[in-house]
Parts: sequence; structure tokens; C-alpha cells
Amino acid sequence: MMLIRLLLALACSAVLLGACGEDEEEPASTPSGNEESTAGKIQRDDANSEISLTIGSKNFTEQKVLGEIYAQGLEAAGYTISKDLNLGDEKTALAALKSGEITAYPEYTGTALLSFFGKQADELPKDPQAAYEEARAGFEADGLVALPPTPFTSSNEVAVTQATAEELGLKTISDLEAEAQDLTLYGSPECRQRLDCLLGLQEVYGLEFKRFVPVAIDQRHEVLTSGRADVSIVFTTDPQIQRENEVLLEDDQGMFPPYNSTLVLTQDTADQAGEDLVSTIELIQEQLTDENMQELNARVDLDKKDPATVAEEYLTETGLIGG
Amino acid sequence: MSATLAFLGDFGDAFDYIFNSRESEAGGARVGGSELLPLLWTHLKVTGVAMAIAIAIALPVGLALGHSGRGAFATISVSNVGRAVPSIALIAFFVAFFPSTPEFWNVAVALALLAIPPILTNAYVGVRQVSRDAVDAARGMGMSSIQIVRSVELPLALPLIFGGIKTSTVNVIATATIAPLVGVLTLGDPIISGTVHGRAGQIGASIVVAALAVFAELGLSAVQRAVTPTGVKLERGASARAPRLGTLKRRIQTVP
Amino acid sequence: MSELFAQLQRRDRSGEDCVSENGICPDWIVDNLDRYVDPFWDHVYLTLTSVAIGFAIAFGLALLAHRRRWLVAPIVQVTGILYTLPSVAVFFLLLPLTGRGNTTAIIALVAYSLLILFRNVIAGFDNVPAESKDAGRGMGLTENQLLWRVELPLALPEIMAGLRIAATTTVGLAALAFLAGAGGLGAALFADINFRSNVLVAGGLAVLLAVALDLMILAFQWAITPWLRAAT
Repeated sequence: MMLIRLLLALACSAVLLGACGEDEEEPASTPSGNEESTAGKIQRDDANSEISLTIGSKNFTEQKVLGEIYAQGLEAAGYTISKDLNLGDEKTALAALKSGEITAYPEYTGTALLSFFGKQADELPKDPQAAYEEARAGFEADGLVALPPTPFTSSNEVAVTQATAEELGLKTISDLEAEAQDLTLYGSPECRQRLDCLLGLQEVYGLEFKRFVPVAIDQRHEVLTSGRADVSIVFTTDPQIQRENEVLLEDDQGMFPPYNSTLVLTQDTADQAGEDLVSTIELIQEQLTDENMQELNARVDLDKKDPATVAEEYLTETGLIGG
Repeated sequence: MSATLAFLGDFGDAFDYIFNSRESEAGGARVGGSELLPLLWTHLKVTGVAMAIAIAIALPVGLALGHSGRGAFATISVSNVGRAVPSIALIAFFVAFFPSTPEFWNVAVALALLAIPPILTNAYVGVRQVSRDAVDAARGMGMSSIQIVRSVELPLALPLIFGGIKTSTVNVIATATIAPLVGVLTLGDPIISGTVHGRAGQIGASIVVAALAVFAELGLSAVQRAVTPTGVKLERGASARAPRLGTLKRRIQTVP
Repeated sequence: MSELFAQLQRRDRSGEDCVSENGICPDWIVDNLDRYVDPFWDHVYLTLTSVAIGFAIAFGLALLAHRRRWLVAPIVQVTGILYTLPSVAVFFLLLPLTGRGNTTAIIALVAYSLLILFRNVIAGFDNVPAESKDAGRGMGLTENQLLWRVELPLALPEIMAGLRIAATTTVGLAALAFLAGAGGLGAALFADINFRSNVLVAGGLAVLLAVALDLMILAFQWAITPWLRAAT
């Protein structure tokens, strides 16, 4: 009798379990009504459904939005897409790509040059196209394909609050030299070893900060506005810069390379997908200007919308997807 | 299989990481060895402060409630809800609602809140299970409530109280590993930032944290045994087990 | 090919509203509730699967150790070590072996719950009054029948207590599963750890889930132990 009760209860739990089995890698949601209603600029090609892509991304807003845009855009073109966003920093993402966990993710040309291909600060190209060409060559040597870059560039920058800039008379990064030993710098965990972050500030500008505190990269503005950080590393496409009246210090010694985004794929995926993929990606990226990227970031970071929703808005507002 | 073998090989590297500092994975920063000491110190500091706050709050309240016998429901509720709150949620709560407070204090208070339930529960049950005869005798001798708590109930409840402190301490040590997510650099930093400290760092720091937890557990178990009054020890000696999982009317579960 | 870049609609963000002030915004919460649905069910899945597997293993071990008392101490030692290892460490250490995703998280969560469940099941069996067992043997029950018909029902309250603790602590730990690449409410929480509304909803849902599981197990216990109901 007791046994029967027990078994019944266990059976109920098993049903419950079966009903909600889900894994993290999920298919991208299809934007509504792009087959019947006004066709968007992206043409659906059913032959593409044989090609399977897993889109990854790094762990901050812009990356999540980009990942969603590519995923939804490519799905509209008929590819079979799954997503694995929010992987971690650049090294984690590259490892995931090389291990096959993902088949594509958006990387920045500057980040690739400094973090992957060991370029030194004085070797960095200033021209975005040149930076892309060098990054592409580097990826090719690694058996990866870097697709043409986006129009927008999202550069690392050194930021302080308005008050700090006025108080210490800061305009350029070099101005920090006299003050750095009294200032606390907050950055991402990997900042410590990146030439376009703390390491570069130490080597190129000779800055010695009082303290460096690694925090999750999403915190880069909160730490400034709450007063915990005197200096923080931010991105030029961050909407918070304008809202919080942050001051970006000028990179007078040219530490930061260009940072256009380029979708990096495995060689096999590129071969399999062919030219169609490249032209679809170029179409998707076409409208990703500095202003537009900043607007998209603002919708997530300031309006607190979901990156997937914002990506869908981008695709419909630019007419890439109809309906 | 090769992944497992590689894992075993990483162990040697991890021990090297613990004792010798080295260049970070991509170069540019020093990690490991003596660089671990500030992390260890912060870890100990935040644990110590959190436990101090927790004991300061939970012990008097638990003793008072246990002495008066009231508040069983409240204690159970606190205990249940306390277990239900995820540590990351509590830390996030303080970070989001008190952004201007230094992170150290946000994390310490969050950890203290996590540490309170086991201490509160065990203090309450510890006092409740003191023999009524002893309390009545003390009252008959003319002792005031506070004197009774201090001289009779507290000493007899100490083993259970230390059991609660022990559990909380181990929990706090483990939870402090996520503090680096919000800028408090404990031994969790090498674990979370694997791309800077490398695999050796992740394993090495895990070993150190586990060792810390084990030391705390063993040390506080020893204290727990030491504070068990000899009479109680002898009385319990007959049954082979030390007090484990005492339940009061099957409603409140203490921690050993 | 378009020559002019299309401009996205610029929102006017000069005003101040609940969201920009980082407040607790009911409107935003209602509008965005659907972003918590998937994380919530991921969390449920992680918790239930881990507790179920943990219970199966712990119960099996307890049955083994019930007749061979010498096994209790070593099992407690091993599960104790698994309990002491910070789950965060286990997540990251397992990553290269089992990859990102639910599997890694579940292994770590199961390992953590074993000690609690094992100790409670064993304690449950140990607290069965000797008289009941003697009475059973006197009635001619075999050892197996004794186990399933006398000892197990009497051990249920303790076992259920262990399940409740395991379920609630697993909900709490599963909030960290996002570090292992699994989903869950922790992922939703960490996506915007500074936005108060988000923290409240994600954290609140986790607490609600834990309380709900606690009550469900309690109700289940109440349902299958009618003799205890009569007593209270």
C-alpha cells in the first residue's frame, strides 16, 4: 500500500521532469511573419537549412546583441541556427570556437590583434581596414575565417567622471601619470594581461595605479558612478557615457587599435556555407553604424530590454526582415 | 580518457601554482604563490566579519527564544527561508540596493545573513533540549532568567551551537568564492578568472579553499567536542554517535 | 545596395523614469516577465533532476549501509568531501571534462546533495524504534519485508526532511549554474546585477521556487504518512 503511494508520487515527479527538459543551447526564436508579409531584404533560401551554425558571443551587452542579430538574421535566411551566447572573455570564446562548441562569434579586430596574435602596441595599424586585413591573416593562420568587418568600431577607452576630470584637470591618458598612484582602476578580469587595458596602460603610458580591482565587465559604468572606481575601462559605443556625463581621456600615445567587429567562423563552416553566407552577413551588418550600435546598446542597457527583442527590432526597423 | 589523464597532470601544476608565483596565462600579471596571500587574507577577513555579525545577531536571539519557548514558528520560518535564498541573489541585492557602500561590506553583510539561519536554529534547539529539571532547579535556587541562560542553558547548548557555527563557517567559506564577481578579491578569483590564472590556478585555488573549509570543519569540531560538558559526553557515550541531526518534535532540523 | 545608412528610431531618454532611476518598477516587471520564463523552467529542471539523481544514489547507498554499518563512516567521509568542495570550484573544474551546459551543473549539484540526503536516510532508519522491528520480526516478516513495510514508513519523516533541505539548498546553488553554462535564474540575475527590479524578480522567483518545493515535499509527506496525521 505504502509502496504504491510512493511509486505513484515518483511517477508524478517523473512526468514533471519530462515536461520541462531543456538545455541551454536553444534554437533562435524565429521573427514573426517573415514568409508571408512584406518580404525583408534578407531572402530566405531553403537550401541553407542544411547548414547548421551555432552562434556564440562574449559576455557583455554589445556582444549579446550582435550574437542575436546574426542568429536571427541568418535564421531568416534559412540557416539552421542555435545560440550559445555569453560565453566569457575573448580567450574563452576563441577556445569555444576552436573546440567546435560554437561555429561562429563576433570578435573585434583590435582585440584579436592584441590578445590572439601578440601584436605589440607600436605595431598596431591605425586604419580600420588595415586592422581587419591583419586580423584576417592572423585568423587564417589559425584555420579560421574572419568575415568583412562592421561599419561601427567599439573601442576600449579610459573613462573618468566629469567631477574627477575637472578636479584633476584630465584630458588625455598621459595626464594620469602624475595622479595614477592615488587612483583606483576597475576593469574586467582579463584586463590585467591585455595590452589594450591595464597592461598597456602600464607599459605604454607608464601608469602605476594605487589599486586595480577586477569586476565583471557589465559593471564598468556602475563602479564609476557609485564612486568606487576613479578610473574605468569602457567602450565607445556605451550609452552610459552620454547619460552619466563621463569623460573619455584621449589616447594621445595611440595605445588602442581600431575595433571593428568581424564574424569569425571555422574554415569548414565557411567552406560549407559559401558566398551566400558572406553576402547575407554583409547585408545584416550594413546598418551597424556607430550611432545605430549605440542606440541598440542603449535599448538594452538603459531601457532594460532583452537583447533578443532589441535584435529583432534592429532587423525589422532596417527592413532586413519584413513584417 | 585523455581529458582525465590531462586533469591528473594538471594537479602537479596546481600545487606548483599554490607555492610558486608565475606569469599569468597571457603574460603581464603575476599570479600564484605569494600573490595568493592577499586573496587568502581577504577570504579570511570577509568570512570572519560575516561570522562575527551572524553570531552577534543569531546567538542572543536564539538563546532568548529558546529560553522563553516562544517563536518556534518564526525560527522554523527563518531557517527554511534562509536556506531558500541563493547566495548570489543576496549579494546582488546588496550590490544593487547599496551601490555606494564598499563592496567588502555588501558581501560581508550578505554572507552574514546567509550564516544566521543555522546558528539561530541550533541555538534555539540547543536551549530547548536542556533538561527542564536543570532549569527548574536553577529557578528554584533563585537565579534570574539571564543567569539561567548564562549558567545553565548556554553551557549545555554549546555543542549544538558550535555545530551551527561550524556549518555556517564552512558555508561562508564556500560562498565567499563568488565574491570576485562583484569586486571583492577572495580565493574565488583564480577559480572564476581561468583565462588569467590558468587551469593550474583554478585547481590550485580550489584546493586551497577546500583545505580552508576542511580546517574550519575539523577545528570547530574539536572545539565542539571540547565544549561538550563531560557529563553530557559520558551520557551520550553509550550510543556510538555524537549528536547528529537532532530533531525537535520532527519539526526543526538542526545541523550536526 | 543602400547608399544611406538607415537610422534606427532614436528614443528620447532625456526624461527620468522608474527604470532610469534604478527603482523597483512594476510596469517594467510586468512587461518583461516573459524573459524570466525560460530561466525559471531551466532552474526547475536543474533542481528536480539533481535532487532526483542525488536521492536515488543516496538512498541506494543508505540501503547498502543499513545492513553493513561499517560502510556508513566511509560514505559520510566521501560525501562530506563532496559537500565541502565549493560548488563554484566544481563547476569550473568539470568544465573541460563535461563541457558547458546542464550536465556539468547537475553533476556538481548532485555531488553537493549526497551528504545531506545520505545522512538523513540513515538517520531515519536508525531512529526506527527497536520495538517496531521486533514486533515485525515477531510477526514473521523477512528482513526485506521488514525494511519496506516497517522501517521505511517509520523513517519517512526524517527522509522527507532531508529531501526538503536538499531541494532548497539545490535551488540556491543552481543559481550559480550559469557559471557552468547552464541556464537558470542566476543567469537572469547576473545579466543585470545592478538593476534593482531585475535582482528582485530573479532572486524573488528563486526564493519562491524553493519555498514552493519545500511545501510540496511537505504536502507529499503529509499525504503518504496518514498515521502521523492522526497523531497530530
